[in-house]
Amino acid sequence: MSKIGVFICHCGENISGTVDCEKVATELSKVEGVAYSTDYKYMCSDPGQTLIKEAIKTHHLTGVVVGSCSPRMHEVTFRKACAEAGLNPYMCEIANLREHCSWVHEKGEATTEKAISLVTMLVEKVKKNKPLTSIQVPITKKALVIGGGIAGIQASLDIANCGHQVILIEKDPSIGGHMSQLSETFPTLDCSQCILTPRMVEVAQHPNITLYTYAELEKVEGSIGNFQATIRLKAKSVDPKLCTACGLCSSKCPQKKIPSEFNAGLGTRTAIYVPFPQAVPNKPVIDKEHCNYYQKGKCQVCQKNCPTGAIEFDKPDELITEAVGAIVVTTGFNVLGTDFFPEYGYGKYKDVITGLQFERLASASGPTLGEIRRPSDGQIPKKIVFIACAGSRDPAKGIPYCSKICCMYTAKHAMLYQHKVHEGESYVFYMDIRAGGKNYEEFVRRAIEEDGVNYVRGRVARVYEKNGKLIVKGVDTLLAGAQVEIEADMVVLATAGVSNQGAEQLAQKMHISYDPYKFFAEAHPKLKPVETNTAGIFLAGACQAPKDIPDTVGTASGAAVKVACLFSQAQLIREPLIAVVNRSGPPSFSTCVGCFMCETACPYHAIEREEIKNRNGEVLKVVAKVNPGLCQGCGTCVAFCRSKSIDIQGYSNEEMYAEVMSLFNN
Amino acid sequence: MDENSEFEPNIVAFVCNWCTYAGADLTGTSRLKYATNVKIVRFPCTGRIDFMLLLKAFAGGADGIIVSGCHPNDCHYTSGNFHARRRWMALHNLLELVGIDVRRVRYSWVSAAEGAKWADLVNSTVADIRRFGPYTEYQNVAKQLEMEDSHE
Repeated sequence: MSKIGVFICHCGENISGTVDCEKVATELSKVEGVAYSTDYKYMCSDPGQTLIKEAIKTHHLTGVVVGSCSPRMHEVTFRKACAEAGLNPYMCEIANLREHCSWVHEKGEATTEKAISLVTMLVEKVKKNKPLTSIQVPITKKALVIGGGIAGIQASLDIANCGHQVILIEKDPSIGGHMSQLSETFPTLDCSQCILTPRMVEVAQHPNITLYTYAELEKVEGSIGNFQATIRLKAKSVDPKLCTACGLCSSKCPQKKIPSEFNAGLGTRTAIYVPFPQAVPNKPVIDKEHCNYYQKGKCQVCQKNCPTGAIEFDKPDELITEAVGAIVVTTGFNVLGTDFFPEYGYGKYKDVITGLQFERLASASGPTLGEIRRPSDGQIPKKIVFIACAGSRDPAKGIPYCSKICCMYTAKHAMLYQHKVHEGESYVFYMDIRAGGKNYEEFVRRAIEEDGVNYVRGRVARVYEKNGKLIVKGVDTLLAGAQVEIEADMVVLATAGVSNQGAEQLAQKMHISYDPYKFFAEAHPKLKPVETNTAGIFLAGACQAPKDIPDTVGTASGAAVKVACLFSQAQLIREPLIAVVNRSGPPSFSTCVGCFMCETACPYHAIEREEIKNRNGEVLKVVAKVNPGLCQGCGTCVAFCRSKSIDIQGYSNEEMYAEVMSLFNN
Repeated sequence: MDENSEFEPNIVAFVCNWCTYAGADLTGTSRLKYATNVKIVRFPCTGRIDFMLLLKAFAGGADGIIVSGCHPNDCHYTSGNFHARRRWMALHNLLELVGIDVRRVRYSWVSAAEGAKWADLVNSTVADIRRFGPYTEYQNVAKQLEMEDSHE
């Protein structure tokens, strides 16, 4: 037999101004199952809460309904008060008498009648409510970071410095990412590698970080606090324990003309290679696609020359499984393929290059050792044209968004060129200059005013070759659309930042969402910028959208904090408002028929399959089971269930039925 | 129309917790006035709503029903509102076929920022249902069915 307590709050005059609270309390005392009913001026105040607590104890209440403001305001307060008086907090419900009644209706009989209905509805619901206990999930306090660019490096270091174990995986032979390829960084012009490489070394030496390079994520199972990640360690063909990084193998390798990824195709590398001198780990790997031995079955020059016998051709890929509690995805971005620009002649003319290639030309570790020389003949270009928004903000190219970093790096490129080639002339064709950021606008002004870079507002229509010069034809929209023609020695395209290859497949492996451009989607664009819709998986850096280094590092530290918050709890405590499959009675201890409509409906992949076995261990049937760590409590599965075998705690079929039907009993 | 001017319809609103419930809260904080005929039932998500409960409400004596959740692509649970919409589209045709007055179900989206829209939705629904009159036909059919069931 239910003993429900009803507490009607006046909220000063906010409710009692239009609702006759005394009458509501009196009428409710007549409802079957109501053992105590009263009204009070401020129910949320300390004396108000004491009133509730005392009534629970005195009248041995089994349920409480508070008629007050919106549950979005004080549900937590009143549930806590109930718990303090020994009543299960989920036996307390709030009738919204303020936002949904007193504030939206005029004073009168009808308003009081509605208030009575609203409270009665919840009294009927509470009668059906069941005590619930919050869900406790153990947490594996180890994080997986996917991607070893600056975002992954920062996130790994931050988590590791909080005292937690980190596994960092990187698909390339070295960590460092795009940042390691950059020359100088805007707006301070400090050398990228000078600030990055110490961090890379720190990662390699940190006692809490396990680094797997040349490794990729194979699959992820489980949920927040308890993921099982399977990682493919691609065979490096070199035993890192034996290798001393003497470099003899690379110098002897006969395959010397492979375009170097690190130099964005402007330099070459061998088949057994270390991607760049400051690589971490600084041990070579064999690129099987270009290795004579793997392709033709003979060569083995590296093996013959290796003084320590570190070359192991036959070693296969290795799969390892790691238990982790949280995942940070920092897989970065890519630069748009320039085959999008036949009108700019990329691929046709050697001296039309991308911004990333210019970075390598300007870098002291690049193919020209930092001298700006054109790829075709090695001459120093006298006149250079930079084309901003090559692809970005161009729906015709399929990229309507702004790539964010190009305005700044184009200004930097022009500035670096002017610093290195004093007599040179540089032109920047731009649509708008977007220099939002600390000291960014000043940086662009400096390029224009101090270094004499010529900014031309307008688009380039065409680039073609004539008498050994690249003719850039465009318009200057600030001069009423006047045609501009520049005879340039080199053209640099600020191509759009796009999502990384394989981003879609990776997202699907982890069940995280992505936008139409395959950038990973955050749970909320403003208030949850580093969370995903999958609990326990976080994002940082340019895998979300093109980002500059400060933003990347900021989000990486943000994601690390989220992981640290999670790991600071002894156990994961979650609201028990989740779906459960009825396993209480025959036939075969579940009415579930195993149609798995719920599995189709669930946005969180929280439905698992459970086998019901007899005593001989034979499978009688397969039924649905809810993973409480993954279920977010939307209840979509409940509406789908054909046999009413799955129900959601706190909003069960029985509870909702009682609540709705209470409206019609009189 | 005149004959129904005294009629006060009984309307239930099935709303999701994250958008429409919050939107209706905003109507309150904005002190926008609307008719008292609608009582709100809070669900976690419109995807949770079993539309058979709508029929039960009609059988019990509801004259009209509002179903409202987050706008498409705004669902707190990613896709619950899409499931609800698809379910309603399918059921809508079926109910129409068997002769249920589907005009009495108002399906809408009201976000947490649309307090005024909620007030308008309630008022226009109340006006519509007032025009349609009490939904006694279905109550009678449902009572008949119940009696037949109990005789078996």
